[in-house]
Amino acid sequence: MSLYYVQKFLYELNRDEGLQQRYLDDRAGVLEPFELTDEETSALVAPDIGLLFHLGVNGQILMHFAALHQIAWADYLQLMRDGIEKHGPVREGVYAMTGYEGVDAHAESLGQSNRSE
Amino acid sequence: MALVYAGVCSHAPGITGRADQADPTVRDAFYESFDQMRQDIEASGAEAIVIIAAEHFANFFMNNMPSFAMGMADFYDGPIEDAAWLGIDKFRAPGNKDLSRRLITEVMQSADVSYAEEWKFDHGIAVPLHFLTPRFDLPVIPVNINCQGPPLTPVHRAWAFGEALRRACDAVPEKIAIVGTGGISHWPATPDSGKINEAWDRDFLDRWSRNDKDALLDYDDTQVYADAGQGGFEIRTFVTVSAAANGAPGDVHFYAPIPIFAVGCTIASYRLAV
Repeated sequence: MSLYYVQKFLYELNRDEGLQQRYLDDRAGVLEPFELTDEETSALVAPDIGLLFHLGVNGQILMHFAALHQIAWADYLQLMRDGIEKHGPVREGVYAMTGYEGVDAHAESLGQSNRSE
Repeated sequence: MALVYAGVCSHAPGITGRADQADPTVRDAFYESFDQMRQDIEASGAEAIVIIAAEHFANFFMNNMPSFAMGMADFYDGPIEDAAWLGIDKFRAPGNKDLSRRLITEVMQSADVSYAEEWKFDHGIAVPLHFLTPRFDLPVIPVNINCQGPPLTPVHRAWAFGEALRRACDAVPEKIAIVGTGGISHWPATPDSGKINEAWDRDFLDRWSRNDKDALLDYDDTQVYADAGQGGFEIRTFVTVSAAANGAPGDVHFYAPIPIFAVGCTIASYRLAV
């Protein structure tokens, strides 16, 4: 697990248009300097938004990565929901602070029945 | 001269980026309130605007995360987000390095603050500027409070920082406006995006409007996370403005949950004795 370096790469990617172009040209190549597991590398290369969220990537970082890949907002949200369903609760990071119960559980805890938009 | 304006507003990227997906009636009412805020700031005679934001890993990361940071440059570029995605064209906003240096020097007398001679704005500052200084004709002094990467800046330290900022504003000859941006309850950029705890928001805004220090500092991060999401951590920016207002009462000019904007959209200000 190296959530720190996954997020560090995305942090640098989000604010550097040159790195964005290099990433689009050679996704695996730009990841080499970062201490990543094979799972993390594959998630960043694919890209696998659901797996990245499950690994614990902060949405404030992840949403820019989704936008870079031209993923529409509604699809971005659904990919994260699918990732939780497929892989289970968020492993670490801010969303694992109290455990991630999922959309419906959060709605119930707030006394709301509607699914989020 | 003094602090001449103190207010707060929302900054969620959907406010501009997903404008076409919102109910136009409530959206336009929110935009009108934002524009009234712009007029109020202009009427105050403010010569610079201090924007206290909770940025989102645009400049500060967990390799060197400051609890508080202030910009000290003559210009700032933004937004880092894709312009089409955010709905805001790339811009260069004016700063005031000399004024920043004087404010930072004074703040440092009682609060620890990092300074940054370069700073790229993300939506946390770009969205408020889009409405409040649309011509980019008012020098901006950006401030960041760590509301994103735990361990977070303690809320009571955000209050102390606000007091330091007020002393700094009162020590310079320029007229200064302070605007805090962020919150209130929301789950931004997560599967829960769009969820808003309106009751929690209204309770917070009641405490904010009364400028009740004890009530504003009576928040525990674990409970905030459960009730208001990680976006709720951004109350620190609002609390800093409360402290800077030095006991003045406040008014909520607009509040409405707009789920596609992923936040309870808020415009509020304090009645400063100026």
